[in-house]
Amino acid sequence: MNLIKNIKANTKPKYFTNYIIVAVMLAVTLTMKMTGNLARSNATLLAQISYSIILAVSLNLVVGFLGELSLGHAGFMCVGAYLGCFVANMLHEFISSPLLVLIISMVVGGVVAAVFGFIIGLPALRLKGDYLAIVTLAFGEIVRTIFKNLKAFGGALGLDSTRYKGNLFVVGFVVVLVTLFIIQNIVRSKHGRAITAIRDNEIAARAMGINVTYYKLFVFVVAAFFAGVAGVIYGHFATPVLYSFFSYNYSIEILVMVVLGGMGNITGSIIAATAITFINFQLQTRLSGDLAALKFLVYALILIVVVIFNNAPALSAVREKFSIRRFLKSKRHPSEVHDDEAAWDRVPTKIRMDEVLSVDVIVDDPYTPDKKDPTTKGGSN
Amino acid sequence: MTTFIDGLSLGSIYALIALGYTMVYGIAKMLNFAHGDVIMVGAYAIFSTLAVTGHPLVGVLVAVVICTVLGVVMEKLAYKPLRGASPLAVLITAIGVSYLLQSIAQLIYGSKSRAITLGNFESIKIGSVSISSATIITLAVGAVIMVTLTLFVKYTKVGRAMIAVSEDRGAAALMGINVNFIITITFAIGCCLAAAAGLFYLLQIPSVTPTLGSMPGIKAFTAAVIGGIGSIPGAMLGGILLGVIEKICLSIPVLAPYTTAIEFSLLIVILLVKPIGLLGKKRREKV
Repeated sequence: MNLIKNIKANTKPKYFTNYIIVAVMLAVTLTMKMTGNLARSNATLLAQISYSIILAVSLNLVVGFLGELSLGHAGFMCVGAYLGCFVANMLHEFISSPLLVLIISMVVGGVVAAVFGFIIGLPALRLKGDYLAIVTLAFGEIVRTIFKNLKAFGGALGLDSTRYKGNLFVVGFVVVLVTLFIIQNIVRSKHGRAITAIRDNEIAARAMGINVTYYKLFVFVVAAFFAGVAGVIYGHFATPVLYSFFSYNYSIEILVMVVLGGMGNITGSIIAATAITFINFQLQTRLSGDLAALKFLVYALILIVVVIFNNAPALSAVREKFSIRRFLKSKRHPSEVHDDEAAWDRVPTKIRMDEVLSVDVIVDDPYTPDKKDPTTKGGSN
Repeated sequence: MTTFIDGLSLGSIYALIALGYTMVYGIAKMLNFAHGDVIMVGAYAIFSTLAVTGHPLVGVLVAVVICTVLGVVMEKLAYKPLRGASPLAVLITAIGVSYLLQSIAQLIYGSKSRAITLGNFESIKIGSVSISSATIITLAVGAVIMVTLTLFVKYTKVGRAMIAVSEDRGAAALMGINVNFIITITFAIGCCLAAAAGLFYLLQIPSVTPTLGSMPGIKAFTAAVIGGIGSIPGAMLGGILLGVIEKICLSIPVLAPYTTAIEFSLLIVILLVKPIGLLGKKRREKV
């Protein structure tokens, strides 16, 4: 019985929608590719979408689930891109299969980024909120400055990486599926519950015996790993890998995806990452020069409006009224009172009590005091 | 010696910005990410009025007024609705405001840097060291502003109310202090200081770009953290320290390309060793 319950809980459609969304995207584009309907520029766009989703989902783990702001996500991506492509360049001499090289370099890039995530996670243990945000921001800048000046990685000219020969977006989307599998399972496990408990109240979480140190480091390492992997994918179609791409602005762009999709909502991150990357791709050619600032203007407005709407204490009534979830649940008029679940006669325990009482009355027991004297009715049930 | 004096003058710019950060942080308990961009707005205000009137002093006055108004508007529209919401939400909004200001400036003025001349500054020789008079003005005015601010906070009614709000907002409200008003005033003062910092920035680097405020802003926050956030003398000390370190690093050829990295590493080290900063007060966390 328990087993069936567990299976039922784990196969809730909610957890599968994300896989289905990504798998459908992959299937559709792959068939388009097979039939020759996919333009070359669209293949690039798809690769961009794949690493954007990885970045947004992994940042969501930090911002939405752990509740700390990281402004250095592009920094981790930078580490992954440089190191991964550096390794890939060396491996190309020994291994002929580009796919194998890509996989190895993704692992290397991810692991090195994870090591940096651990290092950055260490100050995170003593800091919170604004301080941590500024430390991660500082980290992003430090990484950029260092790669800009290291001759081994091409210095100011950037690192020459090799373009991936096959369909990068297919690999990208498979990695997205793996990422989703790992991150969703972390979130749903007891570790995920601990992480959200830390977000909601760190002191209370500590009091409940949750190892806050361990979980904060854990989240930073996991998020950094996936950012590094995303960096390697980026490095395999953008050549040279240039330090200036991984600026603070890019970290903010990822944050916009997370905020727009909803903090703590993975499906939202996927959709927002896809949408924003698509819009960026379209605007790239259409907005030239100073009009490009319009894009950032829109980002800024998204950040401000979405955050104020979702968080302002004064707007909680409005939020309640226009909530999508509520809209999906019941289409009744908002003014109508419907507390049937709380109504006393529908509460299961009450019903059972009534049944028990009525049984008592029915029992025909000659020895009960009520029955001895038929004139006095037993009204004391 | 010249390096040291240059460092002092850069440091006093950082100190002015850091003062704005630290006051807002101490009283509103939020990191105003857009503070650096207020400097940029100030610089553009000086640039525009200079182009119209040709008089630097008018430009400075206009910049101060615009920045102060901007500070109040920013606080009312973006931050006030979020009072009582989670710090993460406020921080993200502040980042949004910062972006908003930058992109508006870019849409109006373009992303190219524009040169600006605020007058000729001769260098003065003292012994073997020659100092630009711009540096001297920066140092002198910076010192005056800092002393005035310290006196203001310590001895005026509004200043004391500020201290009260930063100590305990609830208790201050019970004692009849209008907390919202005090927070607005703090934003106004902070942004006014940012306008002054914008002026000094232009004295050192006479060109304006839409992103000129973001780096000094982040570095000034570093300075505020080094000095201990919420502490006014701490912000000054941190600012000057950071300015001197930056100039010294830039003067050593081996370290010069890594200057930014060194400054930020210093921030991380300070936060690891002494998270409250050099002159900060320790706060206990309560449930």
